[in-house]
Amino acid sequence: MEEMLKFLGLKSIDELFDCIPEEIKIDGLNLHEPKEEMEVEMEIRNILEKNKTFFDMPSFLPIIKPHYIPAVVEEIVSRNEFYTSYTPYQAEASQGILQAMFEYQSIICELTGMGVANVSMYDSATALGEAILMANRINGKKKVLIPKNIYWGKKSVAINYAKGAEMEIKEIDYREDGRMSLDINEKDVSAIYVENPNFFGVIENRYNEIKKLKEELDALLIVGIDPLHLAIFNPPSYYDADIVIGEGYLGIPLNFGGPLLGIFASKKEYVRQMPGKIVGATLDANGKRAFCMTLQTREQHIRRGKATSNICSNQALCCIAFVAYVAVLGRNGLRKIAIENMKNARYMAKKLEKIGFKIPYKEFFNEFVAIPPVNAKELNNKILEKGIHGGLLIDEYIKNGILFGVTEMHTKEIIDFAVDKFEEAMEEIK
Amino acid sequence: MMAKYNEPLLNEIEEIEEEFLPEEIERKELNIPNLTEREVMKHFLHLSQMNYGVDTGFYPLGSCTMKYNPKLLERIAKNEKIKFVHPLQNEATCQGCLEIMYKLEKLFCEITGMDAFSLQPCAGAHGELTGMLITRAYFEWKGEGDVRKDVIVPDSAHGTNPASAKMAGFNVIEIPSKNGMVDLTALKEVLSNETAAFMLTNPNTLGIFEKDILKIAEEVKKVGALLYYDGANLNAILGKTKPGIMGFDIVHLNLHKTFATPHGGGGPGAGPVGVKAYLEKFLPVPRIKKEGEKYKLDYNQPYSIGKVSLFYGNFAVLLKAYAYILRKGKDLEKVAEKAVLNSNYLMERLKRYGFEVPYNGKRMHEFVISLANLRKKGIRALDVAKRLLDYGFHPPTIYFPLIVEEAFMIEPTEDESKETLDKFAETMKKIVEEDINILKNAPHNMPVRRVNEAMAMKKQILTWKDISKLK
Repeated sequence: MEEMLKFLGLKSIDELFDCIPEEIKIDGLNLHEPKEEMEVEMEIRNILEKNKTFFDMPSFLPIIKPHYIPAVVEEIVSRNEFYTSYTPYQAEASQGILQAMFEYQSIICELTGMGVANVSMYDSATALGEAILMANRINGKKKVLIPKNIYWGKKSVAINYAKGAEMEIKEIDYREDGRMSLDINEKDVSAIYVENPNFFGVIENRYNEIKKLKEELDALLIVGIDPLHLAIFNPPSYYDADIVIGEGYLGIPLNFGGPLLGIFASKKEYVRQMPGKIVGATLDANGKRAFCMTLQTREQHIRRGKATSNICSNQALCCIAFVAYVAVLGRNGLRKIAIENMKNARYMAKKLEKIGFKIPYKEFFNEFVAIPPVNAKELNNKILEKGIHGGLLIDEYIKNGILFGVTEMHTKEIIDFAVDKFEEAMEEIK
Repeated sequence: MMAKYNEPLLNEIEEIEEEFLPEEIERKELNIPNLTEREVMKHFLHLSQMNYGVDTGFYPLGSCTMKYNPKLLERIAKNEKIKFVHPLQNEATCQGCLEIMYKLEKLFCEITGMDAFSLQPCAGAHGELTGMLITRAYFEWKGEGDVRKDVIVPDSAHGTNPASAKMAGFNVIEIPSKNGMVDLTALKEVLSNETAAFMLTNPNTLGIFEKDILKIAEEVKKVGALLYYDGANLNAILGKTKPGIMGFDIVHLNLHKTFATPHGGGGPGAGPVGVKAYLEKFLPVPRIKKEGEKYKLDYNQPYSIGKVSLFYGNFAVLLKAYAYILRKGKDLEKVAEKAVLNSNYLMERLKRYGFEVPYNGKRMHEFVISLANLRKKGIRALDVAKRLLDYGFHPPTIYFPLIVEEAFMIEPTEDESKETLDKFAETMKKIVEEDINILKNAPHNMPVRRVNEAMAMKKQILTWKDISKLK
């Protein structure tokens, strides 16, 4: 450091900061002394010990859920060359991550049936917000219809995203079977948002009706998907979706809710209105196949205030995890996991039904609503004492309702054990 | 269980079929290959070998702060005690996560001089949007929502600034710089009672500290507008000054820049937002509160803007930043010192080799050189950037900021040694003396030669399905 200062003709480090006016200078930060690596690790371990994990306490929470992540996925995203790189502005030094992103886009398009996918939004909620803005850019209309049964947090984010464009967001009620009503009389609709499976876990099967409604309203169709569900059920292209969003949780740990991965895909004709980064294939100067970011004129670093979105940093490494997960499971593995998810969830619902829960909607994937014969909140607290974390209380949507999430990690043993505890707890409450 | 391609996908689960599995919604085709783990690992390992990261070598990408990511951070974030913790768990079962977040907010308050933080935004631009939504909510609350429609940004600002302001519904006014800094006269001209905020990064994107910041703050306040701090360049002033002291009302931080969390090939990052006390009630929900020894999530915030992401932000990234701050403590100041020293040293070396540095004086953590005088030889900044790759360096940010012609924006960060900086400077000198054809055809030693980006734009081959259109 001395040598460098001397080279600059400076006597002390302080001189480097003399451009900062004295009135605003501070004398260092009021923080602790630096700590050794071991100290830091021990301190944080001690704090995190206070958490209870899925293994300490089986949990049945929905929206994002624990899934098994093969070891090889972790190895891949732990490659320094990937995780210590940044956005691949220099294509020649970034062919690896660019190809992985291109593969991710390909997998998303295969799963959703769409023509183009970007390399992520932050999560499904911000993806929905961006989708609403994109629909507005495409048809200029201001009204968006969303289901009344949408996770409140997702709705709140979407409303925030739609504020600037002064979009009107209108909620559509659901029917007795838990599905969104398609009996809609609205004018000037920019887009209609349908979830499949929806917030209640219910699978959508009204392909023709949705398509017809979309045509009648002359609106764009935004569909919220679950990537695992798409391994066994038809993609939203079957009912003419224009934009597809979703939570890309495959290969990504829960991590207390982040980082997540916002899936974002659309029909190819709308590619110029898409937010976020897109990778394309091309050739190098020798005519060899190569990859690079493309259509960047949509983006903020070029278009500034006129960009399709403000997004810069995204969730790129989560895309790598997603594509690695899908690659290692393959078509057969994905299907198998998807089927196990649905089976386990239905098994649990049946068992709960036997002990007195009401299961209002039977046509679900891996999340379902159950209404206990006792107070749901009281029940959840009681079983927590017994070492089980129940589902999400959704009293605001369904009186005394609980939304359960079940995956391949909820084995028969875990479900049986949990249902026994539910029964016990119900006895005690009565 | 190995189903053939055209076999119905679900015929193995009879029990489910009985209940609900209409033929018409069952998927018949899914074109995803079945590979072995060995094949998958080999493929991705090969891909990683065609990628350049901070761990590969010098990565002086200006504005992005590509500092070394201590490996401790990675190990801590792989702890099972976060990997399998659900964000909607009962508060009593996730006290560890809540404690980390609570303490991290307090640390950010000390580092920035702000009064309250939200960790919810997932990236810098996301933080900007959050900040702009807070600005909007504040003026709506004051009954000035219909009037305060303008957000001012300097022409040297990051592209995200105007984009974020626009997304929150503001009109963006760009003002020209003078001598590489905010032109006070130009600023005063556009400031009015219709101004909602002025967005500024300090030091700015040229690496110059806006020394008139107090005057700027005074002028902004005079018209009742807010001063927004783009924290992309906070690394330069850690422990030397604070945005809160400079008069900023709202700040965002980029944890993947200043606090050493990895960039992940483009993300995930994290972009916490801090505010002065009078804006606290507008922060996203939930807020993290401490009651006695217990940490709580507080959703009861009637003035809050609501949510900006699904849960609480990129928690694993927040945890890494927390570990970084624990490790550095008071020595965060030294981070700024070394970063600024490295930057000035490299700038001076390049100057002495004849490179043009627009605007006089010292720089902070980064600087911008102009390669405009190479243009008469037919050499562009892009050519020099591509040639740097052949010598094992990641090029700096090019063609930004827009106010410098043929810009090369260089940020060496605090972790680089003098030897690396010397070698980079020598290489730069060597490159501009090379035969123009070598530069024009660079890179020569990378996995691919110069990539034809114009063709990618034209052909729009965006998935494997279309790859045959390449030839």
